[in-house]
Amino acid sequence: MGLKIIVLAKQVPDTRNVGKDAMKADGTVNRAALPAIFNPEDLNALEQALRLKDQIPGTTVTLLTMGPVRAAEILREGLFRGADDGILLTDRAFAGSDTLATSYALSCAIRKIGKFDLIFAGRQAIDGDTAQVGPQVAEKLGIPQITYAEDVLFVKDGAIRVKRRLERGVEIVEGKLPILVTVNGSAPACRPRNARLLMKYKHATTISERAEKSEDYMALINEKPYLNIKEWSVNDIECDREQLGLSGSPTKVKKIENIVFQVKEAKRLTDSDSDINQLMKELIENHTIG
Amino acid sequence: MGNFYTDNPDLKFQLQHPLMKRIVELKERNFTEKNKYDYAPQDFEDAMDSYDKVLEIVGEICADIVAPNAESVDHEGPKLENGRVKYASGTQVNLEALKQAGLMGMSLPRRFGGLNFPIVPYIMAADIVSRADASFVNIWGLQDCAETINEFATEEQKMRYLPRVCEGATMAMDLTEPDAGSDLQAVMLKATYDEKTNQWYLNGVKRFITNGDGDIALVLARSEEGTTDGRGLSMFIYDRRNGGITVRRIENKMGIKGSPTCELVFKNAPAELCGQRRLGLIKYVMALMNGARLGIAAQSVGISEAAYREALNYARERQQFGKPIIEFPAIYEMLSVMKAKLDASRALLYETARYVDIYKTLTHISEERELTKEEKEELKKYQKWADLFTPLAKGIASEFCNQNAYDAVQIHGGSGFMKDYPVERIYRDARITSIYEGTTQLQVVAAIRGVTTGAYLARIKEFEATEIKPELETYRRILVAMTQAYEEAVKKVVDANNNEFVDFHARRLVEMAGFIIMGYLLLMDTNRDHNYWKTLEVYLKFARSQNEQRAEFIRYSNVNDLGKFKVV
Repeated sequence: MGLKIIVLAKQVPDTRNVGKDAMKADGTVNRAALPAIFNPEDLNALEQALRLKDQIPGTTVTLLTMGPVRAAEILREGLFRGADDGILLTDRAFAGSDTLATSYALSCAIRKIGKFDLIFAGRQAIDGDTAQVGPQVAEKLGIPQITYAEDVLFVKDGAIRVKRRLERGVEIVEGKLPILVTVNGSAPACRPRNARLLMKYKHATTISERAEKSEDYMALINEKPYLNIKEWSVNDIECDREQLGLSGSPTKVKKIENIVFQVKEAKRLTDSDSDINQLMKELIENHTIG
Repeated sequence: MGNFYTDNPDLKFQLQHPLMKRIVELKERNFTEKNKYDYAPQDFEDAMDSYDKVLEIVGEICADIVAPNAESVDHEGPKLENGRVKYASGTQVNLEALKQAGLMGMSLPRRFGGLNFPIVPYIMAADIVSRADASFVNIWGLQDCAETINEFATEEQKMRYLPRVCEGATMAMDLTEPDAGSDLQAVMLKATYDEKTNQWYLNGVKRFITNGDGDIALVLARSEEGTTDGRGLSMFIYDRRNGGITVRRIENKMGIKGSPTCELVFKNAPAELCGQRRLGLIKYVMALMNGARLGIAAQSVGISEAAYREALNYARERQQFGKPIIEFPAIYEMLSVMKAKLDASRALLYETARYVDIYKTLTHISEERELTKEEKEELKKYQKWADLFTPLAKGIASEFCNQNAYDAVQIHGGSGFMKDYPVERIYRDARITSIYEGTTQLQVVAAIRGVTTGAYLARIKEFEATEIKPELETYRRILVAMTQAYEEAVKKVVDANNNEFVDFHARRLVEMAGFIIMGYLLLMDTNRDHNYWKTLEVYLKFARSQNEQRAEFIRYSNVNDLGKFKVV
């Protein structure tokens, strides 16, 4: 029996190549100045899902993202790598969502998808670095979760065994399906896009993206239904609107500061015992260690 | 997070050549597969978009995976374990990435699981891979051996082997033996047919076999007992899973160290005949070699690209006498000539690939239906041009590649001699390109008939008659003058009526023809995109002086020279 896997993904500004104009004066991210990419750890999550698909016949992988219309780009990226389908959750009602409202919306969309065995998500997104959405989705769905996963060792008889990468080492844990697993960046990198899948899905679009397409293209979509990427609005999911968007977001940004890291004065130590003891004492005192 | 395709506009420019329209139309049989395969293109634009996007995948994998692995692959190399080859760990990672990306069997038909790409985008992928790691293209690029199976094997054999290639089985072509290198007629590996098991068996030794432990091999063997020449040789398909071959050693080479060059011992290795008996060398190896030669031309261009980029970066960064060394004429001249050679050899590579595309595809179509009269003529014309241009492309691109690698090291100065910079590996990798799949000297042997029969001249005259923008007229005049000098040189050599005299000057004459042809190709490139004018200027200055040097040699040469040069 194949598994039904959902992968949560987010399109994020590429904060790894931040230039001067990366932040706006009001302290928010200037999304226009940064290329939009597939959140890196979500790609690690997708790879874990695809590996299970390779191993267990009949397994399907559905990619779910919430974002603006252009976030469909990462769904196509997922299809090019082997995902079976993608769902874009997009609506003005979701705008301004913090992690709580986001995980609420995602959990409602997952309920609409129906029965599933596994949800994979990246540990965190590089724009917010909160690592909250995955765990919150699990809570809202009332399912167990395993965080910081580096490798899925196996899925068998309704259970999953996972290797977790923690600060001080590695832990191997098991959980019962259905379960949500968040994946670390130290997990294997996602496979490259596949040429055949790229050629198959490159014309795939959501209904909003199709707004200005030619008649020829519409004919193509009718002929090849797999080119339709599902797009859900707030009306497509059952939810309490109060818990969405700004009204559903208790997070309030008080102030944003630009921090410039400065190199402190260097200190040269010899390898004598006394120097090392002194250093250890200092590190313990300023709580760098211990 | 680089991309070796998108960071190099010269590639896209070659991909978008006007002749692609015809190539795609033929290759896609007027898009008849669009409803049969979900990844088949709808129309010409769709096909071109697919090539572009797939090459982007190649470029990404090469920049992010293959190139960063190149140093460790060179260092580690393949290992021999119990008669089998184990690739360097980086090579294994590279191969896995390209397999996952579905980049095996790129040019094979869709019914076998291939991408049905023309040769042009396939060769472009080889060009890109070679820039990243020249040794790796020898493993990945041997997929073009499958073309020979596709061309000459039975349908049943194709169905058994080609889908495996598309899924990632690697290949080898087992031709060379200790006493049969350039002279393949001397091949001795014995093929015997056993009536009882209804099976061919191979016995003997092959040497210098690239990727000799590949999953599927094409083997040239002597099937006709008592024969001693090429007419007693047949081509066989060997499946690695059937055993019977042991890898006796992996050669320790100067360059392309990541590619396992094997000595193979065949002991009753079961194999099956490919095509007809006795045609092994005279027909199939010739086809195989032409494909492989184009592949080496692509490898040469890719290495040239890598050498040029390393040299350019270094020259910009390295400061001496208070400024970057790129500001000194001695350095910038070297760099611009490198770029001109790179662009010229790339232009020749893709022009040749386009010819091969049209004639090969028409050949395949001729097996499906009868060609029209026009198509038959088209096939003949392009086949002739492909045969003319292939040895030129291989010969000249590989020599330019070596020259560029040499200059790239020179620009690095003492640092270039150290193992610390990639240019040292590039220099070693470049060296083989003018040796294997036929040395430059053998490419000249293949090309000289094009000189003496006037075939190159005829093609040059056609180029000359092509319409170009008026502002490019000055460049054409230079090429016309070069052509006159070439004609005089050819006449002088041919009029001597002495074959050895022709052989003596053959390389000079072939290069003169090649330099003129590349000049016209760059002229037409400039006609299509004015940004190439600088390359064209530099190239013509270089090529004109090169041809003049050769013409001068011939002007003051007569048959008596043969005695003076003969070394005993």
